[in-house]
Amino acid sequence: MTATPQDPGPTAQDPGPAPQDPGPAPQDPAAAPRPAPRPARWWTLLGGDRFAAAAAVVLGLVLTAALLGPVLLGDAAERQDLRASLRPPSLDHGVLGLLGTDVLGRSMLARLIDAAGTTLSVALPAVVCSLVIGSAIGMWAGYHGGLRESAAMRVADVILSFPSLLLAVVALYVFTPSVANLVLILAITRIPVYLRTARAEAAELRSRLFVDAARTFGAGSGATIYRHILPITLPTLLTVATVDFSFVMLTESSLSFLGIGIQPPDVSWGLMVAQGRQYLQTAWWIAVLPGVAIVITTVSATIIAAWARLATDPAQRWRLTAPRARRARANRGETPS
Amino acid sequence: MVTFLRKRVVSSAIPLLFVVFGVFCLARLTGDPVNLYLPLSATPEQRAEFAAANGLDQPVLVQLWDYLGQIARLDFGESLRTGQSAAEMVFAAFPATLQLAAVTMLIAVAGAVLIGCAAAYRPNSPADRVCSFLSMTAASIPDFWFAIMGVLVFGVTLGWLPTSGVTGGAEVWVLPIATLLIRPFGVLVQVVRGAMVAALTAPYTRVARSKGASEKRVVFGHALRNAAMPALTVAGDLAIGLVNGAVVVETIFGWPGIGKLMIDSVLQRDFAVLQAAVLLTAVTIFTLNILIDACYALLDARVRQAAPA
Amino acid sequence: MTVPTPAAPPSGAEPALEVENLSVDLNTASGTVRAVDGISFAVRKGVTLALLGESGCGKSMTALAVAGLLDPVAEVAEGAVRVGGTDVLRLGRAERKRLAGPVLSIVFQDALTALNPVQTVGAQLGEPFRIHQGLSRRKAREKAVELMRTVGIPEPRARARSYPHQFSGGMRQRLLIAMAVALGPDVLIADEPTTALDVTVQAQIMQLLADLQAEHDMAVVLITHDLAVVAERADNVAVMYAGTVVETGPVHEVFAAPGHPYTRGLLDSVPENVDRGQRLRSVPGSPPELTAIPAGCVFQARCPMARDRCAEERPALTPAGPSRAAACHFSEELASA
Repeated sequence: MTATPQDPGPTAQDPGPAPQDPGPAPQDPAAAPRPAPRPARWWTLLGGDRFAAAAAVVLGLVLTAALLGPVLLGDAAERQDLRASLRPPSLDHGVLGLLGTDVLGRSMLARLIDAAGTTLSVALPAVVCSLVIGSAIGMWAGYHGGLRESAAMRVADVILSFPSLLLAVVALYVFTPSVANLVLILAITRIPVYLRTARAEAAELRSRLFVDAARTFGAGSGATIYRHILPITLPTLLTVATVDFSFVMLTESSLSFLGIGIQPPDVSWGLMVAQGRQYLQTAWWIAVLPGVAIVITTVSATIIAAWARLATDPAQRWRLTAPRARRARANRGETPS
Repeated sequence: MVTFLRKRVVSSAIPLLFVVFGVFCLARLTGDPVNLYLPLSATPEQRAEFAAANGLDQPVLVQLWDYLGQIARLDFGESLRTGQSAAEMVFAAFPATLQLAAVTMLIAVAGAVLIGCAAAYRPNSPADRVCSFLSMTAASIPDFWFAIMGVLVFGVTLGWLPTSGVTGGAEVWVLPIATLLIRPFGVLVQVVRGAMVAALTAPYTRVARSKGASEKRVVFGHALRNAAMPALTVAGDLAIGLVNGAVVVETIFGWPGIGKLMIDSVLQRDFAVLQAAVLLTAVTIFTLNILIDACYALLDARVRQAAPA
Repeated sequence: MTVPTPAAPPSGAEPALEVENLSVDLNTASGTVRAVDGISFAVRKGVTLALLGESGCGKSMTALAVAGLLDPVAEVAEGAVRVGGTDVLRLGRAERKRLAGPVLSIVFQDALTALNPVQTVGAQLGEPFRIHQGLSRRKAREKAVELMRTVGIPEPRARARSYPHQFSGGMRQRLLIAMAVALGPDVLIADEPTTALDVTVQAQIMQLLADLQAEHDMAVVLITHDLAVVAERADNVAVMYAGTVVETGPVHEVFAAPGHPYTRGLLDSVPENVDRGQRLRSVPGSPPELTAIPAGCVFQARCPMARDRCAEERPALTPAGPSRAAACHFSEELASA
């Protein structure tokens, strides 16, 4: 997963701007000066939050299945067996029959794993492309300001002010739907998200002393951005990327479901739901299972993103280290008056 | 206020112009726009005839001028499937989508405000955590799958609700609206909750309490009005995003709206209708953005007075 | 009560505000800490008591506890807060709200964030009348305009329609004070009312407070870290350190002959008290973390006269003279030094 949170240790000391977090920022525990314990390692923090740990395990499993599936399963996803058509999920037909079969007798489990690979092969490159391009332009625009900044922002506004599916529909009409085109379109529609975030942070950092100092020493703008702005902005950008991963996955599924995304004989989760629609009355599992796979993956990514937002924000991190009982007490609604 | 709106109209019109030119350029980007308008089986003679009739053999600038003129006259050509005017088809489909979207947004905003406020009032209480998890899940469920599950459970298994169509009473609305609602609702609950938590811990809330204001007054009179700003921004984005959902919902439930029209015209390669639908959607979004800006300015004096970028 | 409070009723008059043995606990990531530890004081009508101390010593926490406005992370552990003889900590929420405004009121620091940015100041100033007297919107606005005139805002009728961001810092503080005295409370708590302001404006605001105090015969609790303000404006002073009161008494007596080494240290650090050419003295070190309050005297680590006894036994606030008290084993020694 691209969004594996970095060890937030070093960034915790940075006076970097708090991520634009509309989330919980209630009671200020800083009223009492706290001793500064050694910053906890990210895996300790992850272990402390059961939800986040479970989500990380799920994402790891999906990723492993997508990578190793083709090797282990061979052509099981394509092997047809009309005698085994529309078998419900059961334990009687070996591992491949575990989740039932589709109308052509193909193993649902094998197809789900195959589809995981397709889905990730669209979502991951799309997220990485938009992350890299959007952040680069955003930091460049934010660092230089002025005309470059307003031009970049205007373009971002234009892209953002239209529903992504609408852009994709038009673009996929004109160009043929293929994995490469899908990645390209999804990346373009998501670039503004990173562009905006990176620009805001870079513009904030531009006026900081350490950036000024670097400039005084004659560091070029590229080097300054890379050395001083990128490290501080990165945790925020990665968090955004995690949230975005869910979004991109959902968009790809929707497009495939509508018939303008992944085309047969390739298989993706969205496409599987579409194919299962006509067997809804006789074989529910064909449409239900791929949907469950989408939900589990996107919910896990969302949980990880929420966790990463806490973990990368020094002002919020105490929530993850506080023992459970105390946290509950600390969070009790009102003071008895 | 008037100056403010005038400025916003001008700056919001830029995306609109982008779409108008975008559609024009995109159609010509593939090399031969005739390919887009005519079925793949068309003979070379038919192609040449179509190109001449539509001025596609003219220089690009002339084409652009003709194109703009057509748009101004709301003339988007004829549908290849039905032979009807594309504009007529689009305008006929538009109200169905608008009704669906309006009802959905109303429910989403009202519900999210109530639930978000309740969750934010006792942050991190068990109720708040359940609410956070559910809204997070709601925002992550693919709408097309949710729709199909609805059909499976309430249509096929229980037989309570119709699986598609628009003829009938209130029951035909339930599944489409529920499907369209789920994502905006989940997102909005999270945003309202976050903004309310911030507002309820802000100093002005403490001041309001120090005046002896009732909790109702503190929550709805002081905090909510401040929290309305971020919520409104997100609600606007979600309303625009409803187009995404509408495409899916209308396709699944056979709702005769603009989203279904769009997908049908893509699948059947009917570029004239697609172009008309896209432009009408763009205009709608443009109008929506202006409305949101106006709401923003009404809510916050600082927005009204600051010159918008 | 064994401890003579600064306003120990000489003529048997009931104090307007009496705080007895008040403790506030704070739930933080690193455990529950006591932010305010058993403090007592009392104020009569027309008298100003200053709560003096460094930031983080618990003085603002005390104010919030008295006003019943603590954040959910903090709670009153024990003690009593009597306003006009009734212990408000025992009152129900609704009853307590009825007192907030007409009986007990509070002025906060940082007037920009303390005023609601999306409401006109007229509406905010009129709110106490709407809440407690049930006035109509129009009548409340009339009252608000009147109030604005009282606190010296020019053109009050026109400016009642303005928003907080359209006022200067000093004007905002005036508005906040106007709001607090709207219903003529018996007790007014002023929490660092001038911290965020220019020196000239500070004097004006303090004068305004004094005028209003005389007009309404209010008991004022002035929370500040500014010795000059205490010397000029307060009748009595309670010096706070690490959540406890270390010395109380009439301002002129305490400042003339401090009975606690901390008070002495504070006075010595004021430039006016030092001869020209001499080094400016300061209290060495910093206050203890609330999580690590020592067993004995809270001030021992920074005290120039600390002995073995100070590490073992916490000195109680013991009377020294008719109206004074200090929490030091060796206050007599200090007085004779």
